[in-house]
Amino acid sequence: MKLKGWKEVTPGAVVPEAGSALKFKTGSWRSFRPIWIEENCIQCLFCWLYCPDMAIKVKDGKRGEFDYNYCKGCGICALECPGKKGKKAIVMEEEGK
Amino acid sequence: MPKTLTLKELSRKEVLLTAGHRMCAGCGAPTVVKMVLLACDYPVVAANATGCLEVSTCISDYTAWKIPWIHNAFENAAATISGVETMYRSLKKQGKIDKDIKFIAFGGDGGTYDIGLQSLSGAMERGHDMLYVCYDNGAYMNTGIQRSSATPFCADTTTRPAGSKIPGKTEQRKNLTKIIAAHNVPYVAQASPSHWMDLMKKVRKAMDTQGPKFLDIISPCNRGWRSRTDDSIMLSRLAVETCFWPLYEIENGITKITFKPKEKKPIVDFLKPQGRFKHLFKPENVGLLAKIQEDIDREWGRLQKEETCFSPQ
Amino acid sequence: MAKIVAVTGNEASANALRQVNPDVCAAYPITPQTEMMQRFASFVSDGMVKTELILVESEHSSLSACVGASAAGGRVITATSSQGLALMWEILFIASGTRLPIVMPVVNRALSAPLNIHGDHSDAMGARDTGWIQLWSENGQEAYDNTIQAFRIAEHMDIRLPAMVCMDGFIISHSIERLEYLEDEEVRDFVGEFKQMYPLLDLEHPVSYGPLILPDYYMEYRKAQADVESKVAKVVLDVAKDFEKMSGRKYGLFETYRLDDAEIGLVILNSAAGTSKDTVDEFRDRGIRAGLLKPRLYRPFPYGEVGEALKHLKAICVLDRADAFGGSYGPLFLDIATSLYPYQHKPMLVNKIYGLGGRDYLPAHAELVLNELVDITKTGAVKNLKEYIGVRE
Repeated sequence: MKLKGWKEVTPGAVVPEAGSALKFKTGSWRSFRPIWIEENCIQCLFCWLYCPDMAIKVKDGKRGEFDYNYCKGCGICALECPGKKGKKAIVMEEEGK
Repeated sequence: MPKTLTLKELSRKEVLLTAGHRMCAGCGAPTVVKMVLLACDYPVVAANATGCLEVSTCISDYTAWKIPWIHNAFENAAATISGVETMYRSLKKQGKIDKDIKFIAFGGDGGTYDIGLQSLSGAMERGHDMLYVCYDNGAYMNTGIQRSSATPFCADTTTRPAGSKIPGKTEQRKNLTKIIAAHNVPYVAQASPSHWMDLMKKVRKAMDTQGPKFLDIISPCNRGWRSRTDDSIMLSRLAVETCFWPLYEIENGITKITFKPKEKKPIVDFLKPQGRFKHLFKPENVGLLAKIQEDIDREWGRLQKEETCFSPQ
Repeated sequence: MAKIVAVTGNEASANALRQVNPDVCAAYPITPQTEMMQRFASFVSDGMVKTELILVESEHSSLSACVGASAAGGRVITATSSQGLALMWEILFIASGTRLPIVMPVVNRALSAPLNIHGDHSDAMGARDTGWIQLWSENGQEAYDNTIQAFRIAEHMDIRLPAMVCMDGFIISHSIERLEYLEDEEVRDFVGEFKQMYPLLDLEHPVSYGPLILPDYYMEYRKAQADVESKVAKVVLDVAKDFEKMSGRKYGLFETYRLDDAEIGLVILNSAAGTSKDTVDEFRDRGIRAGLLKPRLYRPFPYGEVGEALKHLKAICVLDRADAFGGSYGPLFLDIATSLYPYQHKPMLVNKIYGLGGRDYLPAHAELVLNELVDITKTGAVKNLKEYIGVRE
């Protein structure tokens, strides 16, 4: 990525593009990745709520896949998941396995 | 404004803090901010004190904020938002703006309890229509876990390490919620991300109230607390259930505990998963553990008594 | 139609601010500025201005609130002196680095310790490298005129930098002088409507102010700011031309007094320049070719223009009403020496520190200095490069 010269930077270092952090993919930080086991999911949406990285896609009130572009593998979703009949809907797996 | 709070309804809202920020994996702060912004149904402009949240959400050309946002310096988030809010009032009076806009300042405990106390106190006293949210992880985390006045008694920090002669912080935590309540502002409260509905109800109540409001929200930091990256919500829940972090509000001077644990858990349940308290589990420190439990019990007892002053028993 | 009044510098500045009618003002009391903001506050209480006033709990908060208000998108002012300016020091850099056109009268007062409430230049001199535009004012009229022009200069779309307008504490702020006020409509039309840039209150275009900048970009931002500073002088002159059309009063980057054919000269800021001009006249009456240069735009300092104006002199005394406390030379001296550096043939320079902590500067002091310059031109030798005058041994 070409870095800007001094004539191109915004005055006062103001960042004019809201949400531009989306260009920075934090998924590369992971050493563990969450796996969604749909049959155990009760769609409580706690995972979506607690995720610090907004890495769970929800559409029409239902959760979908993880956004692995940003998921840092913290595991909060897996720990908080109530699951169904004692079986978790999210488990953590080592990245790269 | 919707009366009921359901996750399904909330999930249809756009989260105004995006992914791509550089907070640590498992940090409590972005979840706290996300919940505050989801709960708020008004357009919002925010100010942010220097600290983890600020530095990690806005670097170079990357900003995770989808609301107008300003970082000024470390100790002046409250003064800065006072200025923004005053300009809004001025331009509204001149007929140049007609929208309803609300103002929130975010600050960590360092930038709020310590260096930011003066500017917070000034802003609260002047009556600006603003909400100050302190994401409280109990130390100056961004600079490497240094002690603040919000650090719990006996916690190990890098400027007050638990050593052979001194067992970590020797002072009690400052009760900032009470200090701000003493400014006679219409609303102050304590909240936790684990009890999300309570948190969001408090944010909504605050945003619907005119004047200065203050929320102190516990925000676990797995780096500083030496806990697991997946522990944040669990630890904030334990903080509430052990009454280390009581959930209460003071509305127009009237105290109300908004969550009473069915079964008050012993404080060691909260302390054990955190490496910053591991020295307390040495046999020679059993007295300190007892003192901590005593202090918690006493403060919880006081809070309950305070509540009875206002409600029929 | 100009209105002739007899007012103090503080009153005049407060009136200028009333006529500009900013959107937000943050105020905190400090001698000798206090009266200025008190007067402004009475304008607010009487509904004579639309300004919303924030009565902050410290100067650090007053400038912080100004940063918030300016970023929100409107015209913002505050005022201070001495310790107040020192307390807001870190925010001065933030205001200029964020390119916010805040205007701040500074009523010059000595810095502690020892505590002193009287006039000298150490406060604004201490803030000279903060990226703020600095306009210095000899008397109440200049303070009034500079305050009005400061808005046009600071808010210029090529500039967008904060500006401070300096005047001597007590000597000018509290002394009554004959002044000419402009009409309210004239001032209003002169400063015009505030043009917003990246306003926070524009919800359609949410922006983020104050990012963390790492080593890969910090220097580019600083270079960009340095580049803007280089454009200030031209804007100051353009605004002065417009101001002259309206008021009939001429302003430049500095004032020269009988300097064109002078052999010896004084370089001096603010009120003491007025005193010195009288002594220059006396020397001229005696046939000695004395002159004076009084800087007005002190930051960014117009090195090229000042050098050109002074290069023909044989000997110059730079009088500083502030000493750089670290055993250096007076700040104005360092700037003058730098402006003369490029020339092969340079005037001889001496530096005198005078008037600290409100110590009076009298015609006798100017006389002493001019006599010494006469000696220097005769002998070609400088005895002491830097000296304190008016101090008891």
